[in-house]
Amino acid sequence: MGNMKLTLKIWRQNGPNDQGKIVDYPVSDVSEDMSFLEMLDVLNDDLVRKGEDPIAFDHDCREGICGMCSLFINGEPHGPGRGITTCQLHMRMFKDGDTIHVEPWRSAAFPVIKDLATNRSALDRIQAAGGFVSVNTSGNLVDGNALPIPKDDADTAFDAATCIGCGACVATCPNGSAMLFTAAKVSQLSLLPQGKPERKRRALAMVEQMDKEGFGNCSNTGACEVECPKGISISHIARLHREYLVATVTKE
Amino acid sequence: MARQGLFGSSLVKKYWMALTGFFLITFLVVHAGVNAMIFWNDGGVTFNMVAHFFGTNIIIRTMEIVLFLGLIAHVVDGLMLWRQNRAARPVKYAMEKGSASRSWYSASMGILGTLILLFLIVHLWHFWVKSRGIVGSLDELPLDPEGQENLFALMVRTFENPIVVVIYVLGCVSLFWHLLHGFKSAFQSLGLNHKRYNPIIAAFGVAFSIIVPTLFALMPVSMYFGWIQ
Repeated sequence: MGNMKLTLKIWRQNGPNDQGKIVDYPVSDVSEDMSFLEMLDVLNDDLVRKGEDPIAFDHDCREGICGMCSLFINGEPHGPGRGITTCQLHMRMFKDGDTIHVEPWRSAAFPVIKDLATNRSALDRIQAAGGFVSVNTSGNLVDGNALPIPKDDADTAFDAATCIGCGACVATCPNGSAMLFTAAKVSQLSLLPQGKPERKRRALAMVEQMDKEGFGNCSNTGACEVECPKGISISHIARLHREYLVATVTKE
Repeated sequence: MARQGLFGSSLVKKYWMALTGFFLITFLVVHAGVNAMIFWNDGGVTFNMVAHFFGTNIIIRTMEIVLFLGLIAHVVDGLMLWRQNRAARPVKYAMEKGSASRSWYSASMGILGTLILLFLIVHLWHFWVKSRGIVGSLDELPLDPEGQENLFALMVRTFENPIVVVIYVLGCVSLFWHLLHGFKSAFQSLGLNHKRYNPIIAAFGVAFSIIVPTLFALMPVSMYFGWIQ
């Protein structure tokens, strides 16, 4: 075990309707090689031994690809550091004696389930509204590689497709906007021939769902692309603006 | 609550914000251009001539109505966006490090816009209301020897007051920050984002945000200090 001592200020909320408050937890024996989640595991282990309620937080793959971990750490989603998720954040980013603030994602569309765990299914509903291609899967599929796709388009679509849907963009946006998420999901399909036939319907349906969920509006502050663990560019938001503009003025 | 159609959806609100913003920017260019005539420093002869032409031109007079509608649309749209954005984050963060990822002015467009609007009310009262002869203010308007309204003399008289000069400079500072984000943001909102042109848009936006408010601020300042007479 390590020798770092820290003070954690953690949001505790016993269920969606509980008022919630910040509680201080001292932790010792923290190694700089631990990930932030492992440090929370140590704290929870300690709480369980003492017979207290462990802190609820989301996590799954712990290798930065699933998008399940969240946490607003010291005022930033996924904490300090760029291009990483909370599970990839290591305690060496902090100093012995530091006080660390840990809060859940704050958004009207992400209600708190318990403590630091929020319900991010609003993003799933945006995806379900149009983030797909209606491909015939009855056995007469065309080989995807038979369709010529410019390398630049394939690369840009792939960059957009790296979105893991963690919601850091919503969490950091001063307006709680889900534009970076929605734009990435629209871009990854509309740039490719398989996605082009449904691009108008997709842009309209996904934006409509995004608005329904109660996300805010994009102010082009650019905070989302800075905090995105996958470094997704706001140029995708501009693409969504174009897609939606064309779809709005040409729909019948 | 679904927000749809040409006025309802979040994206369409941003298109209107950008379009009205661009329109107001073109007005700034015309306004700064006309008023810069005072810098001929010929006792306001050139300025009054140009101002008289613009004040009596039917196209400009019609555009004045469009300008007011554009300004109202920009303000109302901004208020609607501001209200929705506040509702989207009902619980604030106890600790938020906004400076890590965004500029303060890009997240303060509402407050900067409000400051500009407050300045505009003062500004319209000083000049527009008087030059249009509204509510008995006509007798306050100085006339030149030919009996035409002398806006230059009105400017000189208005900017004798140091408090007025400070208010105008603060208005220009608010405009600077508002434009610094608004100019390039309007391009992004309309989807005009391209690797090759982004640096040009950004550089032009910064230059515009500095040049236009500075030109405006120089007007009351140079009149107060008597550089322009």
